[in-house]
Amino acid sequence: MSTSTAYAAHTGLAAARATGLNKVYGEGDTRVVALDNVSVSFGQGEFTAIMGPSGSGKSTLMHCMAGLDTVSSGSATIGETELVGLKDKQLTKLRRDKIGFVFQAFNLLPTLTALENITLPMDIAGRKVDKAWLDRVVETVGLSGRLSHRPAQLSGGQQQRVACARALASKPEIIFADEPTGNLDSRSGAEILSFLRNSVRELGQTVVMVTHDPVAASYADRVVFLADGRIVDELTNPTADSVLDRMRRFDAKGRTS
Amino acid sequence: MYRTALRNVLAHKGRLLMTALAVMLGTAFVAGTLVFSDTMGQAVRNSYSKSYSDVSVLVSDKWSRSAENGPKAAGEKKREALTDATVKDFAALPGVERARGVVTGFTAVADKKGNLIGEAWSAQGSNFAPDASGQDSRYPMVQGRGPKAAGEIALNKQAADKAGYQVGDKVRVAGNGAAEDTTLTGVFTSDDPQVTSGGTLVLMDTATAQQRLLEAGHYSSIALTAKSGVAESALLDAAKAKLPADVFDLETGQQLKDEQSEMVTRSVTGMKSMLLVFAGISLFVGIFIIVNTFTMLIAQRLKELALLRAVGASRRQVTNSVLVEALMIGVIASVSGLLLGIGIGAGMQSLLAGVNEGMPTGSLVIAPATVIGTLVTGIVVTVLSALIPAIRASRIPPVAAMSSGDLPSTQRGLVVRNSIGTLLAGGGIALILLGAFSKGSGGRTYLELGAPVTLIGVFVLLPLLSRPVVALVGPLLGKVFGTPGKLARRNAVRNPRRTASTAAALTIGLTLVTAVTVIGNSVTSTVTRLVAGSMKADYTVSMANHDEVARELAPVIAKANGVTAASPVGNVMWTMAGDRKAVQGFDAAAFDQLVKVDMTSGSTGALKQGQILVNDEFAGKHQLHQGSTLKLEVDGGKTVDLTVGGVFERNDALSPVIASNTLIDQYDSDSFVTEILVKGKDGATPALKQAVKEATGSNPVIQVLTEKDKVDEFSRIITTMLNIMYGLLGMAVLVAVLGVINTLAMSVFERKREIGMLRAIGLDRRGIKRMVRIESVVISLFGALIGVGLGCFLAWAAIRVLAADLNGLTTAVPYGSVALFLLLAALVGIIAALWPARRASRMDILSSIKTD
Repeated sequence: MSTSTAYAAHTGLAAARATGLNKVYGEGDTRVVALDNVSVSFGQGEFTAIMGPSGSGKSTLMHCMAGLDTVSSGSATIGETELVGLKDKQLTKLRRDKIGFVFQAFNLLPTLTALENITLPMDIAGRKVDKAWLDRVVETVGLSGRLSHRPAQLSGGQQQRVACARALASKPEIIFADEPTGNLDSRSGAEILSFLRNSVRELGQTVVMVTHDPVAASYADRVVFLADGRIVDELTNPTADSVLDRMRRFDAKGRTS
Repeated sequence: MYRTALRNVLAHKGRLLMTALAVMLGTAFVAGTLVFSDTMGQAVRNSYSKSYSDVSVLVSDKWSRSAENGPKAAGEKKREALTDATVKDFAALPGVERARGVVTGFTAVADKKGNLIGEAWSAQGSNFAPDASGQDSRYPMVQGRGPKAAGEIALNKQAADKAGYQVGDKVRVAGNGAAEDTTLTGVFTSDDPQVTSGGTLVLMDTATAQQRLLEAGHYSSIALTAKSGVAESALLDAAKAKLPADVFDLETGQQLKDEQSEMVTRSVTGMKSMLLVFAGISLFVGIFIIVNTFTMLIAQRLKELALLRAVGASRRQVTNSVLVEALMIGVIASVSGLLLGIGIGAGMQSLLAGVNEGMPTGSLVIAPATVIGTLVTGIVVTVLSALIPAIRASRIPPVAAMSSGDLPSTQRGLVVRNSIGTLLAGGGIALILLGAFSKGSGGRTYLELGAPVTLIGVFVLLPLLSRPVVALVGPLLGKVFGTPGKLARRNAVRNPRRTASTAAALTIGLTLVTAVTVIGNSVTSTVTRLVAGSMKADYTVSMANHDEVARELAPVIAKANGVTAASPVGNVMWTMAGDRKAVQGFDAAAFDQLVKVDMTSGSTGALKQGQILVNDEFAGKHQLHQGSTLKLEVDGGKTVDLTVGGVFERNDALSPVIASNTLIDQYDSDSFVTEILVKGKDGATPALKQAVKEATGSNPVIQVLTEKDKVDEFSRIITTMLNIMYGLLGMAVLVAVLGVINTLAMSVFERKREIGMLRAIGLDRRGIKRMVRIESVVISLFGALIGVGLGCFLAWAAIRVLAADLNGLTTAVPYGSVALFLLLAALVGIIAALWPARRASRMDILSSIKTD
């Protein structure tokens, strides 16, 4: 098992960090601990996958670290900014300026064209679009010919590429992707994953992806395994087989313990 | 299936709330109208039924009734009259218990400041006819005693209380002549409808009443009371035999009661129908909301319904399940509407009674027809409105249950719809234009046919219109409101059908409001234009009750301080080749100072030579010119030759034929003086007005008005009418607001995930609120714009048609009001968005974006 001083691929700095994070739902008999004292950091320019079975708390971890959900105790930071204790307004601004999102369901606005969807976060912020960067992003995701299309005119894979481009276009400090391939066929899924990996390799983006698919996780630089709200393991430079192998081991442990 | 329907209603309580409210308001309006008019009718009828309780037969003199106003027809000269002798004759008839001579006529009472108490049309005087004991059973005194001599009066209690008069006070009363100071000797109560309906009633002793209101020794009617056991009809025959035929009206008490009851029913029915029209409009507006709601609900439940079909439900069952849902809402909404309506009816009654203390009141009448009618209307409207969405629901293919992902809003082609709409709107507009440009009475029919067809056509076309109209304001929204503005605009045209039916509700209201406003404004401005500048006179003196002005006042006024000229305006109807023509008389000497005319030939001086003036239109029609002779049949059937002394340009304030009063009096002793024109040395000054008032004896009935006063009075009437219309149409607008709320709330619910995503990528709560609010304003303004445009067009056409009867009527659009309507529509949008916007901004991001 490699150490958890996770390797920060390029600079060694953390883009996001959780320290002693706890998330508890309900009280008394219905009390559920979703995150149990989780400490993890995601390095800059790194592609991290968070894996775990359903109910392991992987989505909750992502939501808490992305400022979408509140934590019960502990600390979560994006760059230098502490999320815990921020007001809704500040959180909104933080998400707008520093975080990119890719969701499982495509989450594009059907009324806007592909290009308008991509530039939406900048439009909301009232920021000028960096034209050269935008062109590069659009070219990377291979959407050049389809920018004036509405989401309904695009395939599922294309829609998800638009969503990726949207996340990238505003040059966020970190992109959170929640099961980005969950609704796609394997070929489209592979495209999206390659694209996410390229955005890390070539554009220096930081990406954190939640998935339960070992093949998807194998595209990442590092895999963090979650079970019952705790980080149980991690793996660098994973392959689909090595991820699957680890998963089996947890399963076996789960059964024997 | 029924259980499914019930579950659905319960599960969507919140979303069905607005629909139920819309139906409830419509049905409440219906029920309120019915309850209110039934209650009113019964109360009025009850109060009247007492008034003839001691009258078995009423003999009345047709021509002495105070209701007989206006120029008298030729040939109504001296006639038989009801006198003391007639009363004695009747009293002597076998079967007559009592015969009572009654004198009635217009009599006004001034309050302590000299102003008229109550309204001129409901101010009456009558005679106090005491029996041996000195009491009059019809008018029991609560204070003091009845009047016994000239200079004494008794006053009904309400009027005395209103002015604060006590027995012994000096009270100024006036008939058509000079005012007179009298002493109040008594205050009475009475079930005379004159009193119970809120009017003022002055009692005088019989001789004074006859002198003031009629002629000495004459009665306006004689009331006979039968001895017990004598049938009214028998008495009627006996009384008839005593009188010359066809001169007097004889009616039994029962007939009188029936007549009155019928009159009440007629007027109540008239009011009821008018109110029901407005209630109908509210319900019609509600239909759009119901259709919209069910369409949206079905779209949201697409999968669920498809699943039902997949597991074996038939199309009919799916349709029925939707209809049963509608039925449940219809029943709940109609029942609450009925209850609310009964409350409104009761409230209206006490409100009216509070405003107008004379208003008869009675117990609430809730007729079975009201209950049944209201419930049936509400339920039928709801179920029928849900029919189309229900049938659409049954067409959902079972396979839709298996499809995944976002449901694309089914954008079925609008081609068929647009073709039908274009056809209807085009045809309707063509009909309206045909009506507007056709001459004669046919125009009206075209308009009446074209207007509803156009309205329906435009409603059908609204989805098509939504895009270009919204596109007009689109760029502005993006610039001013940034991304939320841009998103709002896109959302507004995202589902044209939904936007259209939401906006349509507002369109109906705005079309009607605009149309009545434009018509009202046009009439007012036309009247202002006509009245202004047709007269040189500074003041006109007239009677508040529109009765004849005593012509003796003219010389008195002429002598008043500051008056340079005064002339009575006499009116007669003379016959020319079988047609009655209005002829107006002025004092020739004062004519030039008082009246402004543009002569095309001859001069106004011709009046002094006993010649007449005619207007150019009349002259052209009858080939008249200066110097030609006009043959007119005057009072008494004699034909006279009149010389045309000049022709003047048509002026709507003047009759086509003008003569001097001297000439008219020569042939007709009965010309009706509508007003006296007065010119002052220094124009219309308060001092002149005061001088004229004093010269006419400070009579509360006599009005001294400038042209402007008259226009103001007229525009006040129009304004009041408009305000009543606004009030009644307000309900329809309220229902439309519910519709906007409903659509927005449902849209917000449907776009939950989008909103969640927008929040996640950084749109703050304010931005979300703003987005919903702007969408609401855009939809509201869209509906309002179409409505205002349509309203102006319809008003324009109606005015062109009306102009055939009302000369000189032209369209005058009140731009201020129109702008205000649009502004209010925007406000409606903002208010309607309050709750949905709040809801949208409070949505939890995580649960919104979670996939199912």
